[in-house]
Amino acid sequence: MTMIAFREALNQAMSEEMERDSNVFIMGEEVAQYQGAYKVSQGMLQKFGEKRVIDTPITEAGFAGLGIGAAMIGLRPIVEMMTWNFAILAFDQLFNNAAKIRYMSGGQFKVPIVVRGPSGAAHALGAQHSQSFESMLAHIPGLIVIAPSTPADGKGLLKSAIRDDNPVMFMESEMMYGQKGEVPDGEYVTPIGVGDVKREGKDVTIIAWSKMIHVALAAAEQLANEGVETEVIDPRTIRPLDETMILDSVKKTNRCVIVEEAWPFASTGKEIASRIYTKAFDFLDAPIEHVNGADVPMPYAHNLEKLMLPSIPRVVDAVKKVLYR
Amino acid sequence: MATVLSMKEPKEIKKLRWKDLGLSHSQLVDFYKRMLLIRRFEERAAQEYGKSKIGGFCHLYIGQEAVGVGAIEALRDDDYIFSAYRDHGHALARGMDPKSIMAELFGKFTGCSKGMGGSMHMFDVTRNFMGGYGIVGGHIPLAAGTAFGSKYLGKDSVTVCFFGEAAANQGVFHETLNLAALWKLPVVFICENNRYGMGTAVERAHAVWDIYQKASAYDMARGWFDGMDVIESYRAVKEAVDHARKSNEPTLLEARTYRFRGHSMSDPIHGHYRTKEEVEEQKKSDPIPRFAEELLHAGIVTQAAIDEMEAEIKDVVNEAVDFADRSPEPPPEFLYENVYV
Repeated sequence: MTMIAFREALNQAMSEEMERDSNVFIMGEEVAQYQGAYKVSQGMLQKFGEKRVIDTPITEAGFAGLGIGAAMIGLRPIVEMMTWNFAILAFDQLFNNAAKIRYMSGGQFKVPIVVRGPSGAAHALGAQHSQSFESMLAHIPGLIVIAPSTPADGKGLLKSAIRDDNPVMFMESEMMYGQKGEVPDGEYVTPIGVGDVKREGKDVTIIAWSKMIHVALAAAEQLANEGVETEVIDPRTIRPLDETMILDSVKKTNRCVIVEEAWPFASTGKEIASRIYTKAFDFLDAPIEHVNGADVPMPYAHNLEKLMLPSIPRVVDAVKKVLYR
Repeated sequence: MATVLSMKEPKEIKKLRWKDLGLSHSQLVDFYKRMLLIRRFEERAAQEYGKSKIGGFCHLYIGQEAVGVGAIEALRDDDYIFSAYRDHGHALARGMDPKSIMAELFGKFTGCSKGMGGSMHMFDVTRNFMGGYGIVGGHIPLAAGTAFGSKYLGKDSVTVCFFGEAAANQGVFHETLNLAALWKLPVVFICENNRYGMGTAVERAHAVWDIYQKASAYDMARGWFDGMDVIESYRAVKEAVDHARKSNEPTLLEARTYRFRGHSMSDPIHGHYRTKEEVEEQKKSDPIPRFAEELLHAGIVTQAAIDEMEAEIKDVVNEAVDFADRSPEPPPEFLYENVYV
């Protein structure tokens, strides 16, 4: 095991896959000469040259569509979005082309593209730069959506995403790029659609992903001091969802809190809750509690931004609520 | 400066005809046959639509046949073609089996997209027919993608992308032209200007009416041609495709054409947006009789041969309808196939 930062893990994943397969290339805004807006692609231009590490103009729909066309004839593009907030401009390309070309051609074409970049809030970026769109993306049949929480998961899942023949939406976090974690030495991949138990417990299940895992783990630590054994599970992939892991955990603990950064309306957490209610209703000893970002655009003011996002105290309160404490 | 093609300025257009282009008599006859096939195929599709055998939106290419036939004839088998939602004509021009296209319109499993695409989404991977797309202009960047891919893989395939003039007001049109010019991609954008984006005339939608001039913003080779003339279409596209293959440079071509039918089968041929007189006047330049006359005049075909072709095509269309009618629908379990690989 080696201790590396999240951004380094992603860099290793891309570099290893580019060494393995000459059809893999990366393009996006500032990925080459600038070395990546968040330094995820640092050193890749020097290593792979400008044919395979490509700076694009600021033209999200244009280069997303270009990547999809290239994928249709066998290339495996990694398209970096400087943030998923900017990717909204390319949603027509992702929703109408990437997700549907295979289906509407009766299976004649595949679109092995990875679209990746940071998602969610960072610090004081305001309303247009702080959004979490995983439920919107996961709503679309044909797309795979991944939101890893650790360097090890990030590396293994990004390698799987690059090798996968489907369009994969890979959601990272500005706040996590510098976070360090242990990554296995040597070659490994993490399977898509398989979740991970981040902390075992018997009293209550917290389901979270991406950077909310760290809020959940901190809350679990605090709850442990009060004698509550919290299980923290990370689906890692939003679509396809590891329903088995989720149901198994809830059947064991009988209580569940879902923590997500996104807004509450029609969110991923609501989808997960619906599946639990449908398939494990009799195992629940309390209604599921949701901790979401507040149902407002992100405010700039520091105090209100903190208030908008899920926090450790809010998660602790939610856990106590399902425990009737 | 962008390469100046001979079609760049309208007044400079040379009236090159078949002799100068090195086209054989059999190729010319084939041009005619393909246009006629598209016409008769779609006339029949309209009838079948009326009988509810075909559903949804069905956009006919009638009037525009010379554009697709001339353009696609200028391509190699390993070139890529993208189309929009008015795609039956392009699919037929590419040599896709009329049976598989009619079956697709009927929503049958034997269709070119297994009944999963329909009128607007015809695909044929074996012919590099990369599909018809239903969001105006949404497919244009994909064409830059296959052109990028050809270059990346060291192949000299060229991509051709068809779209209507209304698509030239979409953001992705401009984004793609910029990328194609910036990265020198071997792609030919063919804007089929049939004068109306559904019911909105060019003059009411475009600040610049010469659509091909929009490429000047990207210093891209450009030009227009008479889209009612199959030889002009072949000539202009051949020149642009050769240019793309040789120098990896894109071109924007504007085909000036006219749609004789409504925007789709559910829309009127004339009405609030254009008069019956206008449509009748335009029909005088119908590309099919116009080309028949030229072939007859040049002694390349006889009237008897033309009649024979007509009969032959009638059989082909009948067979296509019979085939579509007899074919099975996709099995229920196919609903969930091909969402993911």
